[in-house]
Amino acid sequence: MVVAERKPIAEIRSMIDRYASILVVGCDSCVAECAAGGRRETELLAAALKLSYQRDGLNPVIIEACLDRQCVDDFIEGIAPQVPEHEAILSLGCGAGVQALARVYRDKPIIPALDTLFIGETEMRGAWQENCLGCGQCKLGYFGAVCPVTRCSKKLMNGPCGGSKEGRCEVRSDIHCGWQMIIDRLRELGELDRLVEYVPPCDWSTSHSGGPRRLVREDQMP
Amino acid sequence: MKTESKLEKVIRGGHFAVTAECGPPKGSDVSILEKKANCLLGYVDAVNVTDNQTAIVRMSSVAACAILKGLGHEPVLQMVTRDRNRIALQSDLFGAYALGIRNVLCLTGDHQSFGNEKSAWGVFDLDSIQLVRTVRDMRDEGKTIGGEPIQEAPKMFIGAAENPFADPLDWRVVRLAKKVAAGADFIQTQCVFNVDRFERFIEQARGMGLTEKVSILAGITPLKSLGMARYMATKVAGMDIPEDLLKRLAGVPASKQADEGVKIAVETILSVKEMDGVAGVHIMAIEWEDKVPEILSAAGLQKRPAI
Repeated sequence: MVVAERKPIAEIRSMIDRYASILVVGCDSCVAECAAGGRRETELLAAALKLSYQRDGLNPVIIEACLDRQCVDDFIEGIAPQVPEHEAILSLGCGAGVQALARVYRDKPIIPALDTLFIGETEMRGAWQENCLGCGQCKLGYFGAVCPVTRCSKKLMNGPCGGSKEGRCEVRSDIHCGWQMIIDRLRELGELDRLVEYVPPCDWSTSHSGGPRRLVREDQMP
Repeated sequence: MKTESKLEKVIRGGHFAVTAECGPPKGSDVSILEKKANCLLGYVDAVNVTDNQTAIVRMSSVAACAILKGLGHEPVLQMVTRDRNRIALQSDLFGAYALGIRNVLCLTGDHQSFGNEKSAWGVFDLDSIQLVRTVRDMRDEGKTIGGEPIQEAPKMFIGAAENPFADPLDWRVVRLAKKVAAGADFIQTQCVFNVDRFERFIEQARGMGLTEKVSILAGITPLKSLGMARYMATKVAGMDIPEDLLKRLAGVPASKQADEGVKIAVETILSVKEMDGVAGVHIMAIEWEDKVPEILSAAGLQKRPAI
């Protein structure tokens, strides 16, 4: 899923202070799972903004709504009746959600309320871990299902580097060494032999390096 | 001989090789480089020029290598994959060879978060082993990574680094084997303070037949003080400084700690020199290059073979 974090109120206000009426729109998918932009967080943000404006003696119209998904047109249409009543939309979707709203509601400014961080998993309650960069050529099968591109701070394919100590990365002690994880896992599986072979330079043309990617499947088209 | 490198000639001639590190200045002041170069001249077979070490912006290592060559040194061009993609790395290899540089040390480099441009994007298009293979394919196949033929391909003597002290410990020699298979001709190791651990690493490498294929130069760093030793032991990634060594430094007055640090470095050189499979030493006297002649003289290595 996509993991995101809410921006500070001051930064959000710096982008929306110019509008007299704002529709605050949550997304009840990925960003709900990471407690940043779901139904509950949308209500909390709307309340926090109202309070913040009241303190400054201001009273813009702030109305909240929540979509099941902000990145799919069928769901986005759910707020169509409310949109004309507001000057701007404050989106609690990820970057994809913000841009999808902008594509559908062309005449409205769409303001992001979140910083979109990464593709990851909920490792435990309150902790989310990045583990996929969407490189377009999944090699997890060779690395014990631990991604060297994502989990190694230097994207080493023939790792580990010389800076790992007690399973921790040299960059920060709260980062687990991706290569220690790869080696430990392949040792447990009895597949360490996978790491002896030289891994040639990656083809980054399938990643974002090749330009913004688009997937078209004619068999799925209407 | 695979190359015109003087360092290769020293090693293949069976001499115990001596190299030293020389960090370029944080700016364009050539006089700083000249000063460091002059105190090393005649004492070492080659000088490693670091490539923005610890991710701090310094004079480019290609430029500094060319200056050092002009001053009579045999430079070893350090190249990290942190800052340049494969286009820039290969281009700089062409340029370096055209400037007369015949040795390269392939590294990944310290992460940018350690340096003075912490917001920089880390490139890491290649890793160090892929860079080793790239330089080898240029030399032996005359081809770029993309497979294009090169007009006058660089023929470099290829080095790589290895840290016998980092985790996972049992994986270090496997990684060494990978670097050798990728094309490393020589290895310069992380600073040796834990001599016993280093000896086990050399024994493992010998057992796998690696010391026959690659020339290992042991990294030596003289400790200036107890404070520096403690800092390196706790703050520098991948460093292994045993407790008894720290106690030994703590046991002498602060004014004598530098002398003790030099003594330890000399003893370490003499220990590794006796190990079967060690082809030389690489002295990393951090901002203390003027101590190198004294250390080498005390270790009986001040006379370098005429090549």
